[in-house]
Amino acid sequence: MPKRTDIETILLIGSGPIVIGQACEFDYSGTQACKALTEEGYRVVLVNSNPATIMTDPETADRTYVEPMTVESVEKIIEIESPDVILPTLGGQTALNLAVSLAEAGILDKYGVDLIGASLEAIHKAEDRNQFREAMSRIGLAMPRSGYARSLEDARRILKDTGIPAIIRPSFTLGGTGGSIAYRDADFDELVEWALQQSPTNTCLIEQSVLGWKEYELEVMRDTSDNVVIICSIENFDPMGVHTGDSITVAPAQTLTDREYQEMRDAAVAIIREIGVDTGGSNIQFGVDPDTGALVVIEMNPRVSRSSALASKATGFPIAKIAAKLAVGYTLDEIRNDITRETPASFEPSIDYVVTKIPRFTFEKFPGVDNTLTTQMKSVGEAMAIGRTFKESFHKAIRSLEIGHAGLESPESKEVQGDDLWAEIETPRPGRIWAVAEVMRRGHGVDEVHQRSKIDPWFLRNLEELVRLEDALSASSPNDRGAWLRTAKQAGFSDRRLATLWGMSEGEVRELRKNEDVLPVYKRVDTCAAEFQAHTPYLYSTYEEECESEPSDRRKVMILGGGPNRIGQGIEFDYCCVHASFALRETGFETVMVNCNPETVSTDYDTSDRLYFEPLTLEDVLAIVEKEQPIGLIVQFGGQTPLSLAMELERAGAPILGTPPDAIDRAEDRKRFDELLGKLQLRRPPGGVSRSIEEAEEVADRIGYPVLVRPSYVLGGRAMEIVHDAESLAEYMHYAVRASQDHPVLIDRFLADAIEVDVDAISDGKTVVIGGIMEHIEQAGVHSGDSACSLPPYSLSRMVIEEILEATRKLARELGVRGLMNVQYAVKDSQVYVIEVNPRASRTVPFVSKAIGVPLAKLAALVMVGTSLEELGFTEECWPGHFSVKEAVFPFVKFPGADTLLSPEMKSTGEVMGIDSNFGRAYAKAQIEAGNSLPTRGTVLVSVRLEDRAPICEKIRELARHGFRVIATPGTAESLAALGIEVEPVSKVGKGERDVVERIEGGEVDLVINTVRAEPESVRDSAAIRRSALLKNLPYFTTVAGALSAIGAIRALQLESIGVRALQDVHDRMSN
Amino acid sequence: MSQHNETPKSAFLALADGTIYRGQAFGGTGVGVGEVCFNTSMTGYQEILTDPSYAGQVVAMTYTQIGNVGVNPEDEESNRPFLQAFIAREVFHDPSNWRAQESLDAYLMRHGIPGISGFDTRALVRRIRDGGAQVGVACTDSDAMTPEQGVEFARESPGLDGRDLVAEVTCQESYRWEEGIWKGIDGQVPRPSRPGPTFRLVAYDFGIKRNILRRLVEQGFDVTVVPATTSAEEVLALEPDAIFLSNGPGDPAAVQGVRQNVRTLADRKPVFGICLGHQILALALGGTTRKLKFGHHGGNQPGQDTVTKKVAICAENHGYAVDAESLRGAGEPVEVTHINLNDETVEGLAHVERPLFSVQYHPEASPGPHDAAYFFDRFREMVARHKAGESVTGAQVARGM
Repeated sequence: MPKRTDIETILLIGSGPIVIGQACEFDYSGTQACKALTEEGYRVVLVNSNPATIMTDPETADRTYVEPMTVESVEKIIEIESPDVILPTLGGQTALNLAVSLAEAGILDKYGVDLIGASLEAIHKAEDRNQFREAMSRIGLAMPRSGYARSLEDARRILKDTGIPAIIRPSFTLGGTGGSIAYRDADFDELVEWALQQSPTNTCLIEQSVLGWKEYELEVMRDTSDNVVIICSIENFDPMGVHTGDSITVAPAQTLTDREYQEMRDAAVAIIREIGVDTGGSNIQFGVDPDTGALVVIEMNPRVSRSSALASKATGFPIAKIAAKLAVGYTLDEIRNDITRETPASFEPSIDYVVTKIPRFTFEKFPGVDNTLTTQMKSVGEAMAIGRTFKESFHKAIRSLEIGHAGLESPESKEVQGDDLWAEIETPRPGRIWAVAEVMRRGHGVDEVHQRSKIDPWFLRNLEELVRLEDALSASSPNDRGAWLRTAKQAGFSDRRLATLWGMSEGEVRELRKNEDVLPVYKRVDTCAAEFQAHTPYLYSTYEEECESEPSDRRKVMILGGGPNRIGQGIEFDYCCVHASFALRETGFETVMVNCNPETVSTDYDTSDRLYFEPLTLEDVLAIVEKEQPIGLIVQFGGQTPLSLAMELERAGAPILGTPPDAIDRAEDRKRFDELLGKLQLRRPPGGVSRSIEEAEEVADRIGYPVLVRPSYVLGGRAMEIVHDAESLAEYMHYAVRASQDHPVLIDRFLADAIEVDVDAISDGKTVVIGGIMEHIEQAGVHSGDSACSLPPYSLSRMVIEEILEATRKLARELGVRGLMNVQYAVKDSQVYVIEVNPRASRTVPFVSKAIGVPLAKLAALVMVGTSLEELGFTEECWPGHFSVKEAVFPFVKFPGADTLLSPEMKSTGEVMGIDSNFGRAYAKAQIEAGNSLPTRGTVLVSVRLEDRAPICEKIRELARHGFRVIATPGTAESLAALGIEVEPVSKVGKGERDVVERIEGGEVDLVINTVRAEPESVRDSAAIRRSALLKNLPYFTTVAGALSAIGAIRALQLESIGVRALQDVHDRMSN
Repeated sequence: MSQHNETPKSAFLALADGTIYRGQAFGGTGVGVGEVCFNTSMTGYQEILTDPSYAGQVVAMTYTQIGNVGVNPEDEESNRPFLQAFIAREVFHDPSNWRAQESLDAYLMRHGIPGISGFDTRALVRRIRDGGAQVGVACTDSDAMTPEQGVEFARESPGLDGRDLVAEVTCQESYRWEEGIWKGIDGQVPRPSRPGPTFRLVAYDFGIKRNILRRLVEQGFDVTVVPATTSAEEVLALEPDAIFLSNGPGDPAAVQGVRQNVRTLADRKPVFGICLGHQILALALGGTTRKLKFGHHGGNQPGQDTVTKKVAICAENHGYAVDAESLRGAGEPVEVTHINLNDETVEGLAHVERPLFSVQYHPEASPGPHDAAYFFDRFREMVARHKAGESVTGAQVARGM
């Protein structure tokens, strides 16, 4: 069937901010969908609150709304744009849930808008566990025994059937939020209550444990003619019990016979038909009993998912793009396969390599959080690698992770006891594979490890072979090493790992390889195992004979991506890399992308002319440079990952474009940085460098406490802390020096209560233009990535702004910046201090670009290849007439036990953007988008430290005057009462009847303002307030500035409800 | 890699065009000579090994991790491997699957089939794809010949064209087949029950795969398998309700002593043919076949029903195809009911006047998806209607009429 001609306008719902369980894979899918649908001539209207996305670029869709993803706001968009249909299956769980809410609120009927992709009925059938179970039973498929509980009593009854251990899964949550496993009867009640609270429908499933069974996923597509194809099969290395997002996963499935695989395939086809997903992709998970082959259905996502992104990158089959085309009526046989050009999309990809995905965790940022892997997803990113064998791809995936592992090293401390290792193996945790390798090194066999971990023996055998090969490599005599190289490289060993095993430097191994002519070749990902010619240069390395890279002799630029997402380095950097590629392609360069993050737009095969899906290590990047011979490399867009390679790449002769790597060193090296500022006569907080506890104490004594301490060369405020006394400093040094061995610790005077300012600028070496000045809402001491900010500044004086502009220009010129630069300032008592200079793209580039309507990253890429800003027509700052507010989004809800207080250590995973002509409303929008739905009436709970009472109490008076009831903990209540504000005191946690936590849990509170003295005791005492606010999904503010802005926003909301405006209109108004 | 501690023997594959691939030996020690083809199925190597259609061929798997699930007695498609040699990038000797009873290595050794692993098999696939099918010599016995001698040997050896390989794989005597399809696993999609009444079927064995027989039994056929050259009279003496023409190896035009029998039977009984059986039916009706550049071998091929436009993902394994024009030229009223969407080769035919139809690909799968299993339903339907006295045709069944 050809495409539908009865629809003109399609509303596409994005996935909102990056959170655990929903990351940039939905930018990838949404961007593909926008491209596919606009190509087909449809008018695409997009709503997504996340500015750091390619999909929200004003060119991607016809109308782009960076607005709250709520029923109220989307109704306004529908009213303005009159879409014919909504496509909700490409924006993750957020889009699906929003579509359901719109339908239930009657909005779809009211405006006559249909859902395409999946009907409301299909969504409910797949998402509501009870309905899903009934559907499976109708088609005769088995699921683990279970029952559906609306209360603890229900749950206890069901437990009798399922037995312990039992899996607890709340309905309608993403990334398995609130899910858990009860191993003991004693834990059951608490876990169920948590799950019920997490579910928006207060329901959860209690399920028979199939822990230790094998876990599989199939990516399924269906078209309007009921053709069904399986795009990819995935087998989890970690057996059932670990969320698939937290599991190491491998494609294709490895340990099924054809008969077993075909039974699973038949089941998947039956499921997608029964659920009634009309078109597009779905992901179906299965469990398999390793002893009998018995099959159980675990769940289905009736939409494009994280696994779909992985499957797309693993096979070369663009699931999201095809899903979008199917949604408008095409059938699979009518769509061409881009890669082969000649064959249709109605086939099943066959792959002739192995794909391994390993998740990346950031437990180090959340001390005290349980790092056991369960059914609730906890990872923040992932790396994927392609190799011809499992061993090769597994090894490549390990080094792609960038967590300091070049291979299967022994645990750092050789003395790790066997028992500790086994604990790590029996209870899944992020370090499991290294523990497995270590026990094998100590002589334990595959059978024993299988017994204790349930990991399939096939995977374990591969690991054992790697360990044995390591032994053989270590034992080989220096003269034989050349002969061992090919075997080692074919098994995926990195040069760095070989260097360790052989007591050489990485450079020496590289030399040896070159002398022995052991060099990688590149194979193509072609969807068809070479049956047809591939026209897309989507490549991966391996050590075989034939190379298919066929580099051109065009002028080309290589762009290094950001690797796996982590806190502090995520989608914003991918956005910049993609922009670089787009801009350079538009101007006639060939672009070569290198990245290993399957969730991204940058690893889409049509983003760049050529794509190398490779680890971002020196070895892997240099090999591509040698193959491609680019005129230059862009290293300043992918975050710290490529930047940290810049010096070594340059030394190895790779041409680095833009700002010279030496400028990076001048900005990072404390001594050189001080000289730079001295030369420019710029102010900075007093500070020093230390490499030992003694040095640190010396510096701190000289400049005075509190001090801000951090290791040099880090991103995302890793291990950055405010330290108040010598004792804590000593403790920090012990821990931080471990965190970053090669680099010293920086110690600065902490400017308490200063206003922080972020500046993004662009320079071509002559002209410097400031892209945007962002005033942070939260005071200094909160990591810039975690702080809300406003562009333009909302409180800074003209004089301060002028000074910041001038300082930024001076810095850019002095450093010889060619490209982007980010500077962080602190303003205290109208004095401007330089905190940090980063001559590279920053996290805020996409936000600024959207706020001012200028694609900074694109311009910067062109500047880096020699175009002047004058030629680009960007020589003067833009001063938008509207306010753009960025707010951070946090993963606390995934980490029971984590405190929600903000600190210099970055903890947010994503961001949202609120745009409005009025600062208060822009801030309100950002809060709503971040999940803090500000109330316009109700009860505010105030519990603030003494020094914050003066500013806060004044504002509380305003709230009280405009309809809010005020309750407060005793001290705060006293202060409020003293000012004549009507307040009801409530007792502190555990200090009397109906204490503050009970009030929150009882649903009495609508807004929480809680600040706390930075002392462990105070923090501990009030943690329960913040935790319960989080659990009740209440808006809460833990800083004075945040609270004041929130109160301002509430007042703005009381005066006028928020409106929506397309980004294209916002930008138009600026240029007119 | 798997045999890292065992010092693997060296082995080579020499192609007629002079290319030599050096790898490691597994399985039997010896020399295998045949036309080299590649198969893109990611699962089902055991079924491929035991598919008699691979007689005279050297089979390379495009997927790289082979042997993972070992070998078991249930998944055999015949009583032994018929191919000449087996090639994979990496072979595993410690199977991990609840049904595994033997390693792939041990199985091939037992049957004396040479295997080669440990070289750039994708390079081989690309060579076959670009240069077309050619003869290769797979040698795991270093005393037998040098790689250069292997090239010479490959050049002198015949390919598939003009060779009657059916004679080498067909059964010697007729037999009854009673086993139905695999019982499967707990939790699978429930299977329909066998329909009644039972019809008598004679199946010509040109190299028949067991799963075809199992599928036929599942459709309520009482199956007698007969050797390829059994005469039409002998078959008719068995009083069959229908005739089945099986898959098999090699060049259909070279198969001796069957065309006339099929022609005779086709005038009198409902006939269904699969793969070589489809080609032989076309030849019997006066059509011709042609060799494809490198054939279709894999479980991911798009087979479109030209009537319903629906696409089945199907298992294909053929190096030759029927020329549809030739049939029309011969004056036979047949319709092309199925095509391969990748290159639009003929994949299914149905007669407009008589109860005959055939399919080039493998509705019995094994290995491969079950999407095309409906052919067996159609066959049963056609036989039932014919038996009931209706003048049903293959084309009517294909059209759902």
